Order: sequence, then C-alpha cells, then structure tokens
Amino acid sequence: MSAAVEEVVTEAPAVEAVPKRAMTLGTGTSLTVLALLVVAPLFVKNFIIFQMTMLLVYGLAVLALNILTGGSGQFSLGQSAFYAIGAYTSAILMEQYNVNYVLTLPVSGALCFAAGFLFGQPALRLSGVYLALATFALATAMPQLLKLNFLEPWTGGVQGLVVTKPDAPFGLPMSQDMWLYYFTLVITIAIYIASVNLLRSRSGRAFMAIRDNEIAASAMGIDVALYKTLAFGVSAGITGVAGSLGAIVVQFVAPDSYTITLAIALFLGMVVGGVGWLPGSIVGSAFIIFVPNIAESISKGLSGAVFGVLLFLVIFAVPHGARQVAIVCQQALAKYKRR
Amino acid sequence: MELFINQILAGISTGAIYACMALAVVMIYQAIDHLNFAQGEMAMFSTFISWQLMQWGMPYWAAFFITIALSFAGGIAIERVMFKPLAKAPILTNVAGFIALYSIINSSAGLIWDFTIKQYPTPFGSAPFLGSQLISTHQAGMIGVTILLLIGLYAFFRYTRVGLAMRAAASLPESARLVGINTSWMIALGWGMAAAIGSIAGMMIAPVVFLEPNMMLGVLIYGFAAAVLGGLTSPFGAVIGGFLVGIFENLAGTYIPGIGNELKLPIALALIISVLVVKPAGLFGRPIVKRV
Repeated sequence: MSAAVEEVVTEAPAVEAVPKRAMTLGTGTSLTVLALLVVAPLFVKNFIIFQMTMLLVYGLAVLALNILTGGSGQFSLGQSAFYAIGAYTSAILMEQYNVNYVLTLPVSGALCFAAGFLFGQPALRLSGVYLALATFALATAMPQLLKLNFLEPWTGGVQGLVVTKPDAPFGLPMSQDMWLYYFTLVITIAIYIASVNLLRSRSGRAFMAIRDNEIAASAMGIDVALYKTLAFGVSAGITGVAGSLGAIVVQFVAPDSYTITLAIALFLGMVVGGVGWLPGSIVGSAFIIFVPNIAESISKGLSGAVFGVLLFLVIFAVPHGARQVAIVCQQALAKYKRR
Repeated sequence: MELFINQILAGISTGAIYACMALAVVMIYQAIDHLNFAQGEMAMFSTFISWQLMQWGMPYWAAFFITIALSFAGGIAIERVMFKPLAKAPILTNVAGFIALYSIINSSAGLIWDFTIKQYPTPFGSAPFLGSQLISTHQAGMIGVTILLLIGLYAFFRYTRVGLAMRAAASLPESARLVGINTSWMIALGWGMAAAIGSIAGMMIAPVVFLEPNMMLGVLIYGFAAAVLGGLTSPFGAVIGGFLVGIFENLAGTYIPGIGNELKLPIALALIISVLVVKPAGLFGRPIVKRV
C-alpha cells in the first residue's frame, strides 16, 4: 500500500448510534405532553398562542432534520432552502391561485420531497464536511434565487408576499390564532406518529444501518443510494410542510426570512434536543425560539454573546441534549419504582 | 482577450484573501478534525486588537507581531477553557459550540469597537503593482505573505519534531498517545497556530474589506469553499483553492449574464460542488480509506 495516497481511518461515526426504541417517549409521557399541548392555549393570550404555534412549526422542521441526521447520519445545513420552498409554495398557491390553505400542505410536501430526493442524488457522493458545504451552498443560494427577476410575478421579489390568515371553519367559536394552533397541532402529531413509525419500519432500520456503518449496510443488501436519497426526500418533505405552516402562521413570506441563519437555528435545535431523539425536537425548537428573546432581555447590546454563553452552558451541562436529561429522569424513576 | 486576462488578475488578487483564510481553516482542521465556524470571528477580533494597539501609538510591525503572539495565546486559552471539556462530546455538539463561540465573539467585538467601518493601514502601500491597475502593491504583498506562510508551515510540519507530533496526533490519536505524544496539548497548539494564522489573514484582509465586526462573514465562506475545493488535508491545496475560487467568482460575474453580485456566491459554490462530485476529497486532498 502506498502510504502517501491512502490513509486508514478508524474513527468513531459522526453521529452516535441511537437504538430505535430510545428514539421515542413512553406512552404515559406522550399522553401527558399531548394533554398539556391541547389544554394550554385555552388559558393564554393570543400572542403566546402564536408563539406556541411557531414552536410546533419549528419543532416539525427540527424533527425533519433529526430524521436525516439522527436517522440516516447525513448532515444538512440546507434545511432553510426546503423550508423556503414549502413556504413559497403555500403562499403562491393561496394568494395567486386562491387554493384552500389545507390543500397547499400536501402540495408543498410533495414538491419538497421531490426537491430533496433530487438534491440527494449529487449529495450521495459527498459526506461529512463536504456534504455540509453542499447543503450550505443550497441554503445561501435559495434567498438569491427567490429574488430573481423572472420569478417576480409569482414570488413578489424582494418584497415578498402577504398571506391571508384563515378563519376557523364551521363557525367554531375560536380566534384565528387558536384555530391555527390546533390545526398545526393535529398535523404535527400526525407527522410525529408517521416519523416514529417510519423509523421503526424496514426503511427506518435501513437508515440506521447506513448511519452506523455504510459498508456493512451495503453488505447486508441495503440499497445505500436509494435509502440515503429517500432520507433526504422525507426530511425535505416534512420541512416543506413546516415551511407552509410557518408561512400561514406568520402571514408573510420574503426571501430574507429563509437565510442560512434559519438553517443554523434548526441545527442548534437538533443538537439541544438531542440528535436522534425525536421528542427532543420540541425542546430544541423551544430553545431556538425563546432563548434569543431571553438573551435580548438580559442585555440588548450583548444579546449575541449572552445567547452564545447560554448555548455553551447547555452543551457543557448536557452534551447529548435533552435526550440525556430524559434518560437520567427515566433511570431515577425506575430506581424509585423498584423501591 | 484583454478583459479575460484582467479578470483573471482581479480574481487572483481577491483569491489571495481567500487563500489566506483557507490556510487558517486547513490548519485547524489538521489539528482538530473539525471545521471551526468561529475562525473568521477569531481573526476579526485579532485584527481589532492590532488596530487598537496602533490607535495607542504603536508602529505597524510592532502591533503586527504582538497581535500574532496574543492571538496564539488566545487560541490556546479558548481551547483549554471551552473546547477541552467537550473533547468527548459528539461532533455535532462541538459544531454547536463553534456557533456559540462565533456569536460571543461577534457580539463582544460589536460592543467594544461598535459597528462603524474603520480604515485599516497597509504596510505595503497601495500604488499600482508593476504598472497594473488591477493588483496594488498591497495585494501583491498579501500574496507574498501567504506564500511565505505556506513555506513556513510546510517546513514546520515536515522538518520539526513538534510538527511531526501534531500530524501524528491528528491522524491517529491513540497510536500517537502510545508513543508518548501529549495529544491534548497538540490540539491546543493547533488552535493557537490557527488563531495566529487567522490573525495574519485578518490583518492582511482588513485594508481591502475595511475593519468591522462582520468583515469576515463573506471571507470565511469563501475561505471554507477554497479549503474544501483544495482538499482539507492539504495546506498547498487550500492556497491554490483560494486563488481558483477568486478566479471562478470573477469570471462568472463577468461572463454569465444576469448574475450580478448576489449570485456570485451561489455560482462559485455550485462550481465547487461539481468539482467535489468528481473528486470527493478535493483537488489536492488525500482520499481517505475506511477500515471496515
């Protein structure tokens, strides 16, 4: 072997192996969280309901990244691009073609699935930092592409589009914000359940096999190329739906809302929530929505530094994110029960 | 044809900036195996320190070398305090740590020196170089400094014991520990060197892009791209990658209609990705063979 050209590396995989059972919550805990999410908005102001809706929307986007990174071991900084495609699809269909907002969601999902699947093809050749750069390129290109002149009749150019807020249907006695919250909640739960089932299925096991060892996975007869691109597609599709919901909730889409900053925020959300632990997505989403506000309230001029310090404290305390907290609690509970 | 040659020259002169930054990126990648997102901000902070020293009346070269020394110490301090405790954490957690560091440095620099654009002096003057309007003496000097740095680094890694130990610690940490290398300190040393090289890059770049807390944002992205294009394992590749990215960017801006300034970056990145698809380890990088 000519040592100058080849280098043997035996390093740990980039994403640690999470067994599939550890990816979800127990039934009891899930039902408690669900009950909280259903009841909470009845007691709070509209603005807080809006924030809770955004929590779910970003939670979905983080979940999508979690399937890609925690599930199949591929890294992406391009999620903001798929989020943008979803948001714009909904906005354009609703405002230019008067399509009902509910119907725009599956369209966004399908479109983003296709986009992600196609993007996954060239990304197959790349891994690690190289994949990060490729997805990063996608994220930086997206706002510029949306600003292109010949797309302006649809996208509204730099100005963006204003989206009308839908009313509660069937004359339900609730505010628009509350209706949107429950609407988002139902979709989030549906996608969450579907994702959990996906990761427990044959395809999910294939994702995880690829994550843990690509060569071994292909030796077992897994079509590595197919499942890697599939993971990209599924992740992009879910991100697209999140983008659509985000556009409807915020009532506005503009190219500069979907920059690389969004992709980085989603990435941070995934790390804080725990890579590969789906329920952590909502914790991560809470972190990226609320912590910048907290930082701002502590110090206006130094908000960035405060945010950085808070983030550091979190990853110092729990390098594996919220998953670590959950595991510690679970063990404590088990000990208590045994007594 | 003249336009073409002029554009290539202009590309080389912007490429020198990227090459400088890419070199710093590769350095730290060699030492710690991660891309440091806060690299640009560290360089920016160092540049501000040198600016402050000069404001206090220090001559350019004194400020230059004191800044390099301070940055070296600062890089080691950051590694010891912030990243050593994370050594066992997953890679993605480390990346989140880089983002936190980025945010901390950027925000503090904004508070200390505010966000107004500042002039930064050049030691080489800014007259046209050899009668060419496109390359000034400063840019020529910058290219010279980059090449000197590259030769110095090559000699350091190739011929010194510490350099050899650093390479060993980066490529096979466990075996390196077995032969008595203190790998933990080699990583700290890598951070120090990356910070020092970053400060040189920052002080060379500042006269061109002006000094402000966000000056490194664009440069860092191109620097990353250049490093990845050249191959992350090769400092020489990083420098060549830097010049190539500069040339790509200029030629694309000139010859592809309707691009303008906004689409330059995506086009450059798209081109780099197409190169990577053909050569996944970069132009000069060593292909990595995995053991099953």
